[in-house]
Amino acid sequence: MKEFLEGSHAVAEIVKRCRPGVISAYPITPQTHIVEDLAQMVANGQLNSQFVNVESEHSAASVVLGGVAAGVRSYTATSSQGLFYMAEVIFNIAGMRLPLVLTCANRAISAPINIWNDQQDSISLRDAGWVQIYAENIQEAVDFHLIGYRLSEDKNIMLPVMVCMDGFILTHGMEVVDIPEQEKIDKFLPSYKPLYKLDPAEPISMGLLADPDYYLETRFALQETLKDVLKMLPKISHEFNTNFARDYKDLLVEEYYTKDAEKVIVAMGSVCGTIKEVVDEARKKGKKVGLLRLISYRPFPAERIYEILKNVPKVAVLDKAVSLGGYAPIASEVKAAFAAKKKSPKLISSFIAGLGGRDITQDSIREILRKLNGKEVNLEFIDLKPELLKESYGG
Amino acid sequence: MEDSSHLFKAGHTACAGCGQSLAARLVIDAAGPNTIVVNNTGCLEVFSTKYPETAWNVPWIHSLFENASAVASGVEAALKYLGKKDNINVIAQGGDGSTADIGLQALSGMLERGHDILYVCYDNEAYMNTGVQRSGLTPFETNTTTSPVGTQSIGNPRPKKPMPEIALAHGIAYVATSSVAYPQDIQRKVKKAFSLKGPKYIQIHVPCPLGWRHEPNQTLEVAKLAVETGLYPLFEYEFGKLTSVRQLQEPKPVEEYLKTQGRFKHLLAQKEVLAQIQKIASDNIQKYNLKVNPSA
Amino acid sequence: MFGPLIIKPITSKGDKTGSWRIQLRPEFLKKNCIGCKMCLVICPEGCIRGKEKNTYTCDYNYCKGCGLCALICPKKDIIMIEENFKEEKK
Repeated sequence: MKEFLEGSHAVAEIVKRCRPGVISAYPITPQTHIVEDLAQMVANGQLNSQFVNVESEHSAASVVLGGVAAGVRSYTATSSQGLFYMAEVIFNIAGMRLPLVLTCANRAISAPINIWNDQQDSISLRDAGWVQIYAENIQEAVDFHLIGYRLSEDKNIMLPVMVCMDGFILTHGMEVVDIPEQEKIDKFLPSYKPLYKLDPAEPISMGLLADPDYYLETRFALQETLKDVLKMLPKISHEFNTNFARDYKDLLVEEYYTKDAEKVIVAMGSVCGTIKEVVDEARKKGKKVGLLRLISYRPFPAERIYEILKNVPKVAVLDKAVSLGGYAPIASEVKAAFAAKKKSPKLISSFIAGLGGRDITQDSIREILRKLNGKEVNLEFIDLKPELLKESYGG
Repeated sequence: MEDSSHLFKAGHTACAGCGQSLAARLVIDAAGPNTIVVNNTGCLEVFSTKYPETAWNVPWIHSLFENASAVASGVEAALKYLGKKDNINVIAQGGDGSTADIGLQALSGMLERGHDILYVCYDNEAYMNTGVQRSGLTPFETNTTTSPVGTQSIGNPRPKKPMPEIALAHGIAYVATSSVAYPQDIQRKVKKAFSLKGPKYIQIHVPCPLGWRHEPNQTLEVAKLAVETGLYPLFEYEFGKLTSVRQLQEPKPVEEYLKTQGRFKHLLAQKEVLAQIQKIASDNIQKYNLKVNPSA
Repeated sequence: MFGPLIIKPITSKGDKTGSWRIQLRPEFLKKNCIGCKMCLVICPEGCIRGKEKNTYTCDYNYCKGCGLCALICPKKDIIMIEENFKEEKK
């Protein structure tokens, strides 16, 4: 049913329909509206769920870990500092192979403290073994939660899924969204049937100590399972399309005018909406530009990226995060997709933009496309304000 | 138990004479098979569940060092959602370090939210699993590796953090202390706890032969002396009211307890420090009215 | 794909910690035992079993020789003797 909704509220509506039995909540801007809405739904009797107001994000993640371990579908949401506070639990949940969906409302990382959007938080935890999918708009944010539970609880996967949506832009923006009906959702996402759970009828021990004789295989298994997710996402997307008439193709990437493009921008999240506007305008003028949008960041769809970009002469990668002292995360992984391959773009330029919520305008995108005319850019910050930079402090 | 059908089986790799392994078994045997246990990282977790072995005959989960209280909160919420909470006990447990220090926040949150969970703290008075480092529950002037005795120091400069009182301040259903010297007392208190709804806290004094430096067969003797000197008062609070204490016929001087363990031997010649420790014991005796016939 | 993850207690046999004993082992004399069960209660391994008096003994596959049982027995019916390495452990 179509409604004009704030992003957080839309997410709360879909999470409610996924029927989680345990929800843990800790406030942090800009995800707080999600848990507030869920609290109201529980208070009104519209959602049968145990709503646990925890005393920190570390406990928020631990509570849902316990909930899932006991065999009940669970949910929580966080951002930035909260995600970092629960970081060790995040790794723990993946290592224990427990299914879960967590909403990350992407927000910048302290210090300095900044509540506006960039993707440093979730990208910094890319090693954790979670599936990470990034929404471009509110409809995707809604649909990805449903897809997330479906993927997560698959008996061959059993991995937690982080649905990433840009903070404020998507959480506080408003769009017309279609929230599917409960019956259709129940058919696509049946109740959680655990492979293993804490139950006195059949006691098991979970979370054991694995010494050097056993630990390596657990990591190998995680890596192999994430490879399986690359094959699973297209299947689930197809089923989602059959049920809800929205086609996310392979749910790994979106190709927007990349087939004959001479210049392609690779990007992730809501900024792709802006990039599409610039691409449309350029195409009207006969310029062959395109956008390759990453949907799944983990697992990283290296093969798809190779297939799509191998014949494109000029590629710009737009990162909303930076690995300080190293390279931009997405750019370095895109470049790696072409290592030791026969075909590759003539240049892959890396640009950092939008950190701390600095607006990425259509002009910023045009600037990036212009820079593709020059030499390959190793790593450049877009829209920098040099007047704010000092060489040294004091004296 | 007539035969040996314990819920915590032999074959775990605790040190010989480990007080914590004994207490852990007494607790789970009293709780019964319809119990889910959530364990913090520590000696108990490490020696009882090294893949592919487990000593636990009940559903058991370990996550991290400090979050057993929070994970247990999630388990309890899940059981409530499934409508099964009334038939299943939930225990969150850990050592003194994971309870009073790193896990204090999660424990406080769990107690404040009123979950129907029993929290058991196995108090061996230091971070034993990592090699006897000082914790918030390490007693005054104890020799540990991070509060060692040297020319500038005679051990841990702080008294024990009053954990039972902190738990009590949350206004919970049941707070008790016990000691492995009195096995039936432990089991009685665990059963008592599970007869009440809401959060419960039991702290059990468990000697560690390795960390405290005494012979393995002295575990029960040493634990008993701690109680008999008044240094470790055994009491019960129900809904904020003191309902029982273990009374002492004739409290023993603290030296009798301190001299049994290597971690205190540097104190035996320090008259002033002994007086301070004796004051801790005397204060306990007075506060809890431990002495039988105090006027005599 | 999964790796080492969970364990069911039924498949876990535990380590044979009886091999840790290098000095002493308990001997259950079974003469003056009154069946008070204190040895069974306080064994940290939980490896002592018995029913009526004079039937108590320990599982030497797991006994670590800590000596707590010998000290607690009110009738001194358990004594610690030198470990016998030649004896076959069942």
